[in-house]
Amino acid sequence: MPAILETKGLTYEYGHGTSMSKVAVDHVDLSVRQGELIGIIGHTGSGKSTLIQQLNGLLRPTAGQVLLEGRDIWAEPKKIREVRFRVGMVFQYPEYQLFEETVRADIAFGPRNMGLSGGEVEDRVRRAAEFAGLRPELLDRSPFELSGGEKRRAAIAGVIAMDPDVLVLDEPAAGLDPHGRDVLLSQIQSYHRLRQNTVLLVSHSMEDIARVAGRVLVMDHGRAAFFDRTAKVFAHGEELERMGLRVPQVTKIMDRLRRGGYPVAPGVLTLEDAIRQLAPVLRERGLLHVQ
Amino acid sequence: MDHLQTIDLHFSYAPGEGEAPREVLCGVTLQVKKGEFVALLGHNGSGKSTMAKQFNAMLLPSGGKVYAAGMDTADESLKYEIRRRVGLVLQNPDNQLVASVVEEDVAFGPENLGVPPEEIRRRVDAALRAVGMQDHALDAPYKLSGGQKQRVAIAGILAMEPECIVLDEPTAMLDPRGREEVLDAVLRLNRERGITVVLITHYMDEAVRAGRVVVMDNGRVLLDGPPREVFSQVELLKKHALDVPQATELAYRLKAMGCALPDGILDEDECAAALELLLGG
Repeated sequence: MPAILETKGLTYEYGHGTSMSKVAVDHVDLSVRQGELIGIIGHTGSGKSTLIQQLNGLLRPTAGQVLLEGRDIWAEPKKIREVRFRVGMVFQYPEYQLFEETVRADIAFGPRNMGLSGGEVEDRVRRAAEFAGLRPELLDRSPFELSGGEKRRAAIAGVIAMDPDVLVLDEPAAGLDPHGRDVLLSQIQSYHRLRQNTVLLVSHSMEDIARVAGRVLVMDHGRAAFFDRTAKVFAHGEELERMGLRVPQVTKIMDRLRRGGYPVAPGVLTLEDAIRQLAPVLRERGLLHVQ
Repeated sequence: MDHLQTIDLHFSYAPGEGEAPREVLCGVTLQVKKGEFVALLGHNGSGKSTMAKQFNAMLLPSGGKVYAAGMDTADESLKYEIRRRVGLVLQNPDNQLVASVVEEDVAFGPENLGVPPEEIRRRVDAALRAVGMQDHALDAPYKLSGGQKQRVAIAGILAMEPECIVLDEPTAMLDPRGREEVLDAVLRLNRERGITVVLITHYMDEAVRAGRVVVMDNGRVLLDGPPREVFSQVELLKKHALDVPQATELAYRLKAMGCALPDGILDEDECAAALELLLGG
């Protein structure tokens, strides 16, 4: 599978050329294949936001390149608008950016800007709302009548409606309750599965990342500290803690048992996986009484 | 002694035109004792943030009573005294910091109370020390991390020398380290200074560190007890859109498969230790 998105020596320096300059992203090389779901983690100030803002040309790198299907996105600066349609970005707390009179008009804003016909726009709105789990009857309401969770979905639908090849979500579940988080995350997963595009998900929740990401990028001091399969990354518990990050509780528990000599695999990521691993160990010792 | 008390508290927000009022709090009776650390849980829309605002008279009851530090919140003349004694910390630190220098921000509250300058100096220094931010007294707030900003916001409340702090999802926007910094600071204030704490959170691993957990659902109290008791109700919590810590759920699920594990496991250490004991025995 060819890379859809790559960065080469990507570097961003705030206040470049001044005495206050600060390197926020430092020579990052990434290659993301079409159809991957990548998790991005790192403490506040690690460079995650600066990194993702360069992926759709909101920030222009100080050095290095961002390649979309092998093409430098800044090769023709006048065409950067097209890049923004192809790499969709959902920022933190996107519901603050809803502004139209109806939810429908808000979701239609992006596709209309792309110059699509009325019928196509209509179609995009309907499908995006469905992908984001927004009930059709909400489309004709004012965004301000929606609940917090619904507003969040409406804002996400607005980006999905542009049908981006790469969708970047920055903390999409922040502030939602545990059930809301679960539902939204499942929605993103099924969107990814159905649309088969590339999704980059930034999150402070290690449990969420462990559940959905195929590979994880760990940012630390502007550098890509790890970029590997999720289980491999979360096997580095101690290093992650030093970077101000954590591993999921089940990963920690299973790691401790593994180090104690019990036959369980390293990098266990989810509750279901932990139970699958533990069941035979417990059964063998006669400690399970139900099949 | 009850420090915060609600008696059959009802509350509805003013309805929009042509809408029926919807009750957000439907008869909540709750007592929080002086020096307690209470975690308040509930799904979005359960009424927990509305409770937080009732505790310091930002919102007033539509029915029933709220007493904060013994004072009736419906008594308009007590409003400022209540807000001084019951401090409120909100979710977004950026909306709470007002000055361009950390120590000026912390001084803002006591200045407004008319505290003399030398006393303000003492309080600001003490408050910043209490949250471990004394080395940042002269920094600009925008340069701080989320966890640091939130600790400055807490220091600003502390400088008014409150008896009680209510925190409404103070860690929702923070990274894992920031969350720990804030929680550690709050736990210390509770243990070392006896400040009453009400912590509203969606993070179950924070709630397990409280002395008492109150779960709200649709404007009512659903569960109220020590963390070990509340988090043993895995099915009930899940049914109400809530969660339990992963370690608790792992132990619970294995128990359901016939494993002899104890009830109410709260964190990864307890879970790993219980499994080791079981496997080794």
